[in-house]
Amino acid sequence: MEKLAGINRPSSPYLKAIGSIVWKDLLAELRSRELISAMLVFALLVILIFNFAIELQPDLRITITPGVLWVTFAFAGTLGLNRSMAVEKDRGCLDGLLLAPVDRSAIYFGKALGNLAFMLIVAIIVLPVYSLLYNISLFNPGLLLVVLLGSTGYAAVGTLLSSMAVQTRTRDVLLPVLLFPVIVPVLLAAVKASGGYLQNLPMNEIWPWLNILIAYDVIFTAISFMVFEFVVEE
Amino acid sequence: MIKVHKLVKRFGSKTVLRGLDFDVQAGEFVALLGPNGAGKTTFLRILASLSRPTLGTVQVAGYALPEQAGSVRARLGVVTHMPLLYGDLSAEENLQFYGRLYGITELNRRVQEVLDLIGLTLRRRDLVRTFSRGMQQRLAIGRAILHDPEVVLFDEPHTGLDQDACDMLDELLRDVAGRGRTVVMTSHDLARVEDLATRFDVLSRGVISASARRADLGKNNLLDFYRQSLAG
Amino acid sequence: MRPQPKALTFLTILSGLLFIAALGMVFLFAPIEAVMGYVQKIFYFHISNAWVGMLGFLVAASSGVIYLVKKDLKWDIVEFSAVEISLVFFLIAIVSGSIWAKPTWGTYWTWDARLTTAAILEMIYLAYLLLRQGIDDPERRARFSAVYTLIGAVSVPITFLSIRIWQTIHPVVIGLGSSDAQGSFGMTTSMLITMFFCLITFSVVFVTLLWYRIRLGQLSEQVDQLKYKVMQ
Repeated sequence: MEKLAGINRPSSPYLKAIGSIVWKDLLAELRSRELISAMLVFALLVILIFNFAIELQPDLRITITPGVLWVTFAFAGTLGLNRSMAVEKDRGCLDGLLLAPVDRSAIYFGKALGNLAFMLIVAIIVLPVYSLLYNISLFNPGLLLVVLLGSTGYAAVGTLLSSMAVQTRTRDVLLPVLLFPVIVPVLLAAVKASGGYLQNLPMNEIWPWLNILIAYDVIFTAISFMVFEFVVEE
Repeated sequence: MIKVHKLVKRFGSKTVLRGLDFDVQAGEFVALLGPNGAGKTTFLRILASLSRPTLGTVQVAGYALPEQAGSVRARLGVVTHMPLLYGDLSAEENLQFYGRLYGITELNRRVQEVLDLIGLTLRRRDLVRTFSRGMQQRLAIGRAILHDPEVVLFDEPHTGLDQDACDMLDELLRDVAGRGRTVVMTSHDLARVEDLATRFDVLSRGVISASARRADLGKNNLLDFYRQSLAG
Repeated sequence: MRPQPKALTFLTILSGLLFIAALGMVFLFAPIEAVMGYVQKIFYFHISNAWVGMLGFLVAASSGVIYLVKKDLKWDIVEFSAVEISLVFFLIAIVSGSIWAKPTWGTYWTWDARLTTAAILEMIYLAYLLLRQGIDDPERRARFSAVYTLIGAVSVPITFLSIRIWQTIHPVVIGLGSSDAQGSFGMTTSMLITMFFCLITFSVVFVTLLWYRIRLGQLSEQVDQLKYKVMQ
């Protein structure tokens, strides 16, 4: 029996596996652009609707902006999470990943980082558009930091929960129902911190919110990656 | 190569596999037959390390499942009736992705080899969603043998393929098996399986109810053998 | 089918008696509060229900973790029984709180930390039940439920803290709507005694109901098994 050199290593390097999965997700998305376009269109529609739903008088806009932005991200985010997992489930690709000699947690990190990337890409496009439409400068490094921290927490829990939701019958409806009650600290802290940066509040008022975001990110990334194998393995 | 002893698999109150014994030597090509719902797919998923046994021992390629699943996975290739391929990636990219997950060295050379073997070299850059089912199945096989596994499992690979595609598939199957690999294939198509396999096992009511070597069976007796083993 | 254990019958009777006694204490023994009058008596049941809700929550979270470690399905039954009961008790707590709030604070609801967290907790419970409804395989259902319980259990304290911090920076000003207003009547000894008695009563009621619900779950499982045997 022919044996090719160097093939049968028990498991491939952890980081390489994560990198491969992220690369695969980005590449596939680049080709089809299904995920990002859905998220983007949705996000822009929501922002437009807010114009009519809430009277955005110029002086009120600064206070309302963080809330509008994060509601938008939260809802657009579920679209992305759902589709990212649906791809794996529908063509049985999740099995393909599970068959490979890679750690289950590597699969988790790969998918979570991919989901995070998609959320950030959407944010990068939505923020300037919002700035233009409502004449508020959102080019604020503090704000960008909050977007990063908030999206991380969202993606960490969202990836785990979407892996569960996609294996149930009630798939699409279930994810927001599972996710939103659990993500409240992230939304609250992100909105307050964003508002703080936009209104140039002193750092000691913003710090508690940043702390909550960081704590949440750390705790839930840790829990999710430990518990992921229970969700994907039978 | 594969040693299964008193395997039991339960889903809640449903018992699908009831103390199944199964022993396969290296190089054998076992066709696993049985009626729908007998548990063939469940059994194959357990061998593939995708599902855990409720009770009993399972050993594949010398490693125990589920404890040493990682080592088993490195030596195992699986083809199910789902393609396990990413539609938005090209044939080449799919193979490269999986190759990286399996830690294959000299990846480009190996990918080229496999593409040649499955006859998809000319379509290497085409996206998989443009492939016919037959081509996807061939690529799926390519994915399964990319890391040169000792054991290959097939779950009804002929499903949904037309006559020509089936013939092409059979040629590929013979090639895969011909290199000394151990193969287990579930199937409904007795006619196809008759020429391919060296051994026929029947899974019925949660256990292997009958087993026969091709040499012992003689030509055209497979159908009788199958019917008899189900009646018993 | 095991007959109802004597201990359970005893507990049931005890619960009934304690409950009647508690009612008696609340209406006859505890004094009428000076400022709020009769309405204040809701407090005893409100607190007890909230306490039992918390208890149920802790039981559910612990059972979930134990299930993930031990894989014994009986912990799954304990877990969802606790969730169901806790859901109802918390709901009663919220409603009774609202009834008390209207005459006291002039509004049915405030967005203070405790109430908001209670509402979110109810949402988590409902999400939990919806999750279970969407899965048929008992083992997978148990695994996913346990995972979600864990996620929910960890997020609730963080949620409570976040809203608390939000409040100290932006105190909720709706009449006397700060969460301290709840305890803003001085408690005499007889009130304290009544309160503790009610807490104990409701804890007993909780254990009784939990036991019944677990039995119901087990019986339901037995029915499934029998159904499956008949269908074979």
